[in-house]
Amino acid sequence: MTPPSAPTPMRRIASMLYRRPNFYLLLLLTPPLLWFGIIYIGSLLSLLWQGFYTFDDFTMTVSTDLTLQNFVNLFQPANYDIILRTLGMAIAVTLFSALLAFPVAYYMARCCSERMKAVFYIGVMLPMWASYIVKVYAWTLLLSKDGVLYWFASLLHLDGVVDALLQLPGIGGKTLSTSNLGRFLVFTYIWLPFMILPIQAVLERLPPSVLQASADLGATPRQTLLHVILPLAVPGVAAGSIFTFSLTLGDYIVPQLVGPPGYFLGSMVYAQQGAIGNMPMAAAFTLVPIVLIAVYLSIVKRMGAFDAL
Amino acid sequence: MAKATFALSTLTTLLLAAASVQAAEPLQSLGKGEGRVDIVAWPGYIERGDTDKAYDWVTQFEKDSGCQVNVKTAATSDEMVSLMAKGGYDLVTASGDASLRLIYGKRVQPVNLTLVGDYAGVDDRLKDAPWFTVNGEHYGVPFQWGPNLLMYNTKTFTSAPDSWDVVFKEMTLPDGKSNKGRVQAYDGPIYIADAALYLKAHQPELGIKDPYELNDTQYAAVLELLRGQHDLIHRYWHDYNVQMSDFKNEGVVASSAWPFQANALIAEGQPIATVFPKEGVTGWADTTMLATDAAHPVCAYKWLSWSITPKVQGDVAAWFGSVPAVPAACKDNDLLGAEGCKANGFEQFDKIAFWKTPTSKCEAEGQCVPYSRWTQDYIAIMGGR
Repeated sequence: MTPPSAPTPMRRIASMLYRRPNFYLLLLLTPPLLWFGIIYIGSLLSLLWQGFYTFDDFTMTVSTDLTLQNFVNLFQPANYDIILRTLGMAIAVTLFSALLAFPVAYYMARCCSERMKAVFYIGVMLPMWASYIVKVYAWTLLLSKDGVLYWFASLLHLDGVVDALLQLPGIGGKTLSTSNLGRFLVFTYIWLPFMILPIQAVLERLPPSVLQASADLGATPRQTLLHVILPLAVPGVAAGSIFTFSLTLGDYIVPQLVGPPGYFLGSMVYAQQGAIGNMPMAAAFTLVPIVLIAVYLSIVKRMGAFDAL
Repeated sequence: MAKATFALSTLTTLLLAAASVQAAEPLQSLGKGEGRVDIVAWPGYIERGDTDKAYDWVTQFEKDSGCQVNVKTAATSDEMVSLMAKGGYDLVTASGDASLRLIYGKRVQPVNLTLVGDYAGVDDRLKDAPWFTVNGEHYGVPFQWGPNLLMYNTKTFTSAPDSWDVVFKEMTLPDGKSNKGRVQAYDGPIYIADAALYLKAHQPELGIKDPYELNDTQYAAVLELLRGQHDLIHRYWHDYNVQMSDFKNEGVVASSAWPFQANALIAEGQPIATVFPKEGVTGWADTTMLATDAAHPVCAYKWLSWSITPKVQGDVAAWFGSVPAVPAACKDNDLLGAEGCKANGFEQFDKIAFWKTPTSKCEAEGQCVPYSRWTQDYIAIMGGR
């Protein structure tokens, strides 16, 4: 029998880590935390910090003199319009996506066979495999005056309906591709999968016994839907709405290609930074979606969006 | 000539107001090329035969000089200034509303004209033009110039519309339908000058002398006109591709446009023509300017020399629909044709209000509305306010 040999260095490190679980945890978490802290939060803060810099309109250069003017300028009527315009669209797209997504998600989760479910999954995911730009450009062709939608409307003798729709204040415009309605359709199309999948995930987890209990206790299908399924699906809707809301809020390509003139938050940041070179104003504008989404997240947190995580 | 002195004195005032321009010493001789040159240019200005084999003035240059040409296109003057501010480019084809900002922002350096081929061949009207000549220093070499024309659909307009009325006032077009939603305007604050030019002709009581120098009353009237125009506008264009597709698929029938789009649409067989309306037009006179921190100065100088050779000038003019900065280019160019220069506006030089940056100190009114307010207000107008 050999005497117990002295522990190897590896062995010693292993036991030390075992005895000090906190140190072990620290070691494990430091790299990702550094990554998150420096690359993500750090660059975000340095971006926001630039919002305090001064921009010289004539030479189009940025100087490091600090000022609050950029943030005050956010409340100029023209800039305030941009904020309201974007917020309105984000809310409308979110509501309509939820409305469309719920029946689809419900069918996927509860009513169809495994094979059908796979078909639905592919159907929902398939558009996400195509490039976003391609999809948006395709929509500009669909919506154009010589495009499919107008052609279809004229086949059904619905030109009058399209024109009447375009006359409506708020959603109307000169043609489908330059109206808010057109922009709304494109946004809804692009972000709908992000709403369907979370709702489907929540409905999938809904135990059938709950629905059976509801029926046993004499609830009509409508009552079951309103008082059992919908409340339990709220976290999924809220989770999906985080996607549709924040993605619409930050998008800058759809507003450039489809819809009436007038900037969105994203395209304003893009124009300020990319075309005009006014980095401070662009930085001030980025604060807006951050604040809006923070408010939004706190609302959906109350609705229980994060309980489902 | 009086106009030139006039503009020069404006510049002197400007110069006193701004910090004095300190320029890096220009190159005195050309060494060996660095192998590449990076150019910021308007789309269509620098072609290597990708779209049409006959239009290629890059391949030969690369062969002769050994400098690889890289082009970054920019759609607006603001974008050009911003790209140059970021750095990393050697040359920029700056219009008059960008050139002075580039000079005072110290983004570009004086050019040693003795190193630039045949500068004597440049049009006398451009040689010392105030938009790139400061204190006798030349901050670049003229490239091309031309008007912002009224482009229209010949199926809708049986005879050419002779006034900008069609884009500024609601009216019934010859095809019996309103112009509402069928016209476009340019998506850049400099378009305010187009409206000012229109008012200069239609409301003489405002006393607008120069569309780039507006006092508060004149400016307010111009904004009023543009706000009214918003209801007529189908889309504010800044991407020439989108504008071309709007004329083809979206039923747009009239807009201010560069000759470039018009030529491209006509080449596709579309029913498109352009006209020089009676109120006059705004226009651009572009200068190839050399960046202060140019990493490839020798190749850049070689390009500057190449850019004013008559053959290149004529080819660019034919492709873009502009006027060459070198009159010799108008003769014997197969692509441009014998009448090409005249058709593109060679004789209209004096009738064009060339783009320049509006500043608060100005000759016409003493106190003018500066460009920063043009930018803000135009964003508001495009947003419908």
